[in-house]
This record gives sequence, C-alpha cells and structure tokens, in this order.
Amino acid sequence: MATLNYAAPSTVDEAVKLLAGSSGLAKVLSGGTDLLVQMRSGRLKPELIVDTKKIPGIIGIREEGGGLVVGAGTPGAVVEAHPGMNKSWPGVVEALDLIGSQQIQGRCTFAGNLCNASPAADSVPALYAAGAIAVVVGSKGRREVPVEQIPASPGRTSLAKDEFILEFKFPPRAPRSGDAYLRFIPRTEMDIAVVGCGINVTLDEKGTCTAARVGLGAVAPTVLLVKDAADALIGHTLDDETLKKLDAAARAACKPINDKRGTIEYRTKVAGVLARRVAAIVFDRAMGKTQGKTH
Amino acid sequence: MSKHHVSTTINGEPAEFLCETQQTMLDCLRDVLGLTGSKEGCASGDCGACTIIVDGKIVCSCLMLGVEAEGKSVTTIEGIAQGDRLHPVQQKFLEHAALQCGFCTPGFIVAAKALLDENKDPTETEIRYWLAGNLCRCTGYDKIIRAVQDAAAEMRRETVA
Repeated sequence: MATLNYAAPSTVDEAVKLLAGSSGLAKVLSGGTDLLVQMRSGRLKPELIVDTKKIPGIIGIREEGGGLVVGAGTPGAVVEAHPGMNKSWPGVVEALDLIGSQQIQGRCTFAGNLCNASPAADSVPALYAAGAIAVVVGSKGRREVPVEQIPASPGRTSLAKDEFILEFKFPPRAPRSGDAYLRFIPRTEMDIAVVGCGINVTLDEKGTCTAARVGLGAVAPTVLLVKDAADALIGHTLDDETLKKLDAAARAACKPINDKRGTIEYRTKVAGVLARRVAAIVFDRAMGKTQGKTH
Repeated sequence: MSKHHVSTTINGEPAEFLCETQQTMLDCLRDVLGLTGSKEGCASGDCGACTIIVDGKIVCSCLMLGVEAEGKSVTTIEGIAQGDRLHPVQQKFLEHAALQCGFCTPGFIVAAKALLDENKDPTETEIRYWLAGNLCRCTGYDKIIRAVQDAAAEMRRETVA
C-alpha cells in the first residue's frame, strides 16, 4: 500500500501550499464522515490528507455585518446548539440535523456535505435556499462563491485542486423571513433522501412573498436551485393557486433517476408535494406563527 | 513516512501512541492501546458499536483518524465506570437485561451516558432519536430504552440526594 501522508496545518497559506504541491490525490479532511468511508471502501485512494481543523476560526460561529458566519469545520452538533442559527435559519439547522446519527453530528460539516457533492445531501438544498456564500481560499487568494456554484456533478465540485472552503456566510435576515427543509424517506431516521426540499422566503406585512429561493435535492445529478419555483411564490400569498404553481414548477425541474429509493415518477410527484408542505411551514415561520421543528 | 506520535487524554489520563495515517481511532484504541471495549461492527459509521466521546461529543471512532486525537479528551467505554462503581446506565442495562449478545452494548452505554450528561430528563422520543445511530440486532431496543429511562431517573434522584 502506498504511503498515506497527513498534515494538519495551522494556517490557510500552509494548507493551500500542501494541496497545490501534492503530486497525487490530496483530500481535505473536515469531519471525515464521508472521506473515511470512501477511503475504506477503496473508492478514494488519496496520497495526502490535509486536516484543516487546526486553522484558527475554522470551527465556530460568529456574527459579522448583521449575518452569521459558520466555520467550515464546525460540526453539526455545534451548529444545532447555536441560538442565533436556530433563530435565523431553522430550516438550515433542521436540514443539517437530518444528516446521519448523533455520532455523525459530532463530526459532520456543511463543507463536507456540500463538497461530497451528493445530489441527496440534506443540508445542501437548505444552504441553496438560504443564499449562503462559501468563502473559498486557494493559491490565487480568496473568493466568495454562492453555494449553488460549488457542486458540479455527483462527487465533483468546481473547486480547484488547491482550493478549499474556509467558512460560510449567511446573509442578514430581513423582517418576516423564514426557512424550512423537509426530506422524504420511507422511515423516520437514518436514511438517505428520496427527495429533499428547502425553501426560504421573505414576506411583506400582508403576507405577500417578496423574495424566495427554493432548493431541491435527490431529483437531479446535483442539488437544484429552482428559480421557477421561487418565481411561483414571489408576488403572491400562499393560496391554492400559488401552491399549484409551486408544485408544477418543482416537478418540472426534476431530472431524477430510477433507483432502489424511488422511481422517476415517484420522485417527481414527491418533489411537488414536499415543496407545498415546506412552503406552508416557511410562510408560517416568516409570520412568526411557529418556530417549531418539522421532524 | 514515519508513524505519527499522538499525545492525547484517554479516560482522564494522559496517553501517547504511535499510528499510521490510515489507522482509525478505533484501530488505535483496540490494536495499539489494548482498549478493546469499543467494537467494530460496520466500520462505516452506521452501527455505533465504536462510539466514543471526544471533547464532549459522541463520534464513531471508526470515522475518526487516530492522528486526529492529538490534544483531544477522549472517553471510551472503559472510562464510564468509576473504579468498581458502575455508571447508572451500566447498572440499569444489567437490571433491565438490556443486552443479549452484548456486542452493541459499549456503544449504547457511551451514547446514552452522553445523552444524560446533556439532558437529565429525556423523553422516550428523544432517547430513541439520540440512539438511532446505535444498532442492536438482539433486543428489539425496548429494554434498552427502559434502561436509559431508569438510569435517568436514578441520576436525578442522586442529584437531589
């Protein structure tokens, strides 16, 4: 077996140099809940592991410019215990919370979930809906990338070899905003999404939607940001006609596969149903009617 | 590449060990340190038999590299009892016969202990969700849930007394 090298640099520059200088496959280690499984199965054979968790600030959550910034190595359990994240982004928190077990929550991260680039990643539709920005660092410096531009295809990202995500910026919250995430699985816990849907809205005083973003998971090669579904909500209250249009737009965006979790027809149907259900939750949350979890 | 030298704290005691990059924390506990209480069931983070506590959070030790233990505080099943005195979760597992083959038991006990450290009075639903990452193919779970509920009640009584 070839030697597997490991480094835990304490600066971004050092980490970038290590990634850039690797002749073989170099992998960034955050929580490792996907990486270690893929190494064990032989699917990935890295030559170098760069553990980024010793970089100051990469674990933790801070307020900045009225929004929240979550370090890329922050484990799920820490995000879920953060009052500010729960207050501003209950949908993002409930999506992250659906990843794996409590043990997985002790390690799993937004960055890992996004960069593993599974179409069924639970936190990703909610991150798309939130309009989160990934702060990417690399040899050419630092750039801010909308999260929906990171996954490129199943298991692949748009990041260069020497780039990694340092942190996620969540924008300041306007009054009467709400987000939510639902996933459909055939059991109650510990399964992979048949379909996942995250929606984020802002409403005016009368309950008319002024801004919306809709993310759909497990219905295409990557998680989708569905503009037509958002447009079905903007300018409307949540009446039957709006729900019908949202349902149709969500279904129209689906390009799923048949597999053991569901057929193309089934996934497409469920995407519309979930979008309706999530919309009902986010309109309630935006109007302050409930802050409760959906699962 | 030479082996990594790892300095950590295991069950309250300073510990040092040597490991290769690809050795998981579970490999290091079992094969290097001789702490064989943590079990390897699936080696993919599904079964929870290898559950340990790292800096207060439960993790699957099969999904953590041994080298990542540097500077951390680790609790394994071997550190749950205080000397000869079983932890209430261990005592109640015995009293409720919450184990049969016993392979999953260390993981359940470590996970349940961590739950009760955070939440003194969990509901049955909370216990079942918390333990969803621990698989048991013998008991049907019911006795495990009763044991954890009883241990929680016992620990609340101890706190009052």
